[in-house]
Amino acid sequence: MPSPLEGNALFRGIYCWLAANKGNALQCPPDGPAFKDGWLPLGWEWLAYTIAALAIVMLVVNAFMVLATIYTYVERRLLGRFQSRLGPNRAGPFGLLQPIADAIKLLAKEDLVPAGADRWVFNLAPVVMVVPVILVLAVLPFGRHSFVADVNIGILYVVAVTSISTLAMFMAGFSSGNRYAMFGGMRAVAQLISYEIPVVLSIVGVLLLAGSLSLVSIVEAQRIPYILLQPLGFFVFMAGSSAEMNRSPFDLVEAESEIVSGYHTEYSGMKFGVFQLAEFGAVLTTSGIMATLFLKGWEGPVLPSHLWFLIKVFLFAFLFIWVRATLPRLRLDQVMAFAWKFLLPLSLINIFITAIEVLALDTTKLANLWLMAGINMAVAVLGIAAFSRFVRLGGKPRDITIEIPMASEAR
Amino acid sequence: MVQEMFFWLLAAVSVASALAVIRLHDLFRAALMLVVTFFTVAGLLILLNAEFLAVVQVLIYAGAISVLIIFAVLLTRDVEKGNRPNRLRVPALLASGLIGVFLVFVALQKEWPLLEDVLSKDSLARAEEVFTTTPQWLAGLLLREWVLPFEVASVLLLAAILGAIVLVRERHP
Repeated sequence: MPSPLEGNALFRGIYCWLAANKGNALQCPPDGPAFKDGWLPLGWEWLAYTIAALAIVMLVVNAFMVLATIYTYVERRLLGRFQSRLGPNRAGPFGLLQPIADAIKLLAKEDLVPAGADRWVFNLAPVVMVVPVILVLAVLPFGRHSFVADVNIGILYVVAVTSISTLAMFMAGFSSGNRYAMFGGMRAVAQLISYEIPVVLSIVGVLLLAGSLSLVSIVEAQRIPYILLQPLGFFVFMAGSSAEMNRSPFDLVEAESEIVSGYHTEYSGMKFGVFQLAEFGAVLTTSGIMATLFLKGWEGPVLPSHLWFLIKVFLFAFLFIWVRATLPRLRLDQVMAFAWKFLLPLSLINIFITAIEVLALDTTKLANLWLMAGINMAVAVLGIAAFSRFVRLGGKPRDITIEIPMASEAR
Repeated sequence: MVQEMFFWLLAAVSVASALAVIRLHDLFRAALMLVVTFFTVAGLLILLNAEFLAVVQVLIYAGAISVLIIFAVLLTRDVEKGNRPNRLRVPALLASGLIGVFLVFVALQKEWPLLEDVLSKDSLARAEEVFTTTPQWLAGLLLREWVLPFEVASVLLLAAILGAIVLVRERHP
């Protein structure tokens, strides 16, 4: 891993503000007359290093939390608009204080643990749920030269870390000692394991084009946004990741009409709040990854790079809300069939075509990239059309005849 | 110094959680402790600069194998008190001890070409290059040099999947 002092402008800024000195002019070169000595004396660079690292982590995690609360408000208001109702509009101007009211309400509620629950696992599950969502932020470049760490296996790290949330949902469902929670946990595991495969395979196309696993390098490698070069990959990634986040139309993990509220049925108070935070936060991190992989991440004209990143994140978040408000919930067998019969073949086709194109065409030329974009668009439209025409998802419900002996006959 | 501290911390947690896997009576908790062990092993791999292996460890063992194990746990009859020692204690100790001795023996006996290469040139820059480009190295080895065994392994896995489907498929009357 390269030293964070190279390339990471935010880290270097804090580090040099604290420890700039004549002794380490190599790391913090004095540029201009405004150059001032840092706060710390010579020989205390390690402290500056630690403080800078902690400061960045604090900044990113707290910004993420604030954005997640804002996002809950945005989602509820927009869902209201989509469903021809008002949405939360009582607390504060336009209901802007609703997230704060929600948080206070959740904190004030009684924290119940069911008698039949496995106490330790029950209490641990919300933590295990929220940790992967925050860990993903570590490799996400959120602006020009701004990231927590540039890991050279970034996207693989994201995939690995997000796979832990399967375990958290199952822990919550199993330890609750409640059948509905158990069903929710089982459904979650089945669904998440199935959708992980198309999601990971849809990223491979991007990796073939970028030639790197590091998210920072992937942003820099995009000469035209990969959403144009990888429309099929984008479609599979979007559908698959909305299934991984248990959002409608794949929300039968917490289908209210069937299994109360799934794996977090028994949770109350702030533990429930942590689950909600993890779910809403996952939308933001997934949108961030989508912006990074498919829409040039933080790059954009005129506006500052951090703002561009936020705009793109909320663009994709809006897309997720739109899909949630529009599509009805699928049946369980349809969800499974959609992963295995529809998304998986499409992602394999995408890898195959992209690999051939990368081999046959010189990807350093811009004209070739546009040619690729044209071919891939056509393949995406044809593939989706063909698969939705010829693949039957789920099929008809089977006839089941149950013979119930009548009381009169049984005698 | 800091690295050593982290090593001992991770090693202690790893051994403790591995012992807990054996000692806990609740099978579900034992499986969760196994996940903790997997994570600490991933941490040790990061200390060795093998980030790629660490991530793969988390992805495959903590993310997938543990879920498989938990499913298997659910199929057992008595989850809460199922993890009891039985008569196979001594043979199990012997078998695992033999495997451990064998692994240490192989690790010490095998000449690791990459390591020799790095040590002989005695250049940190070269070592760093090797460590920062592990995925490329592995990709080159798997998809160029050893592509045939790699593909044969995937065909074997495909056969296993097909076999599983054939076994559990319901027969239509």
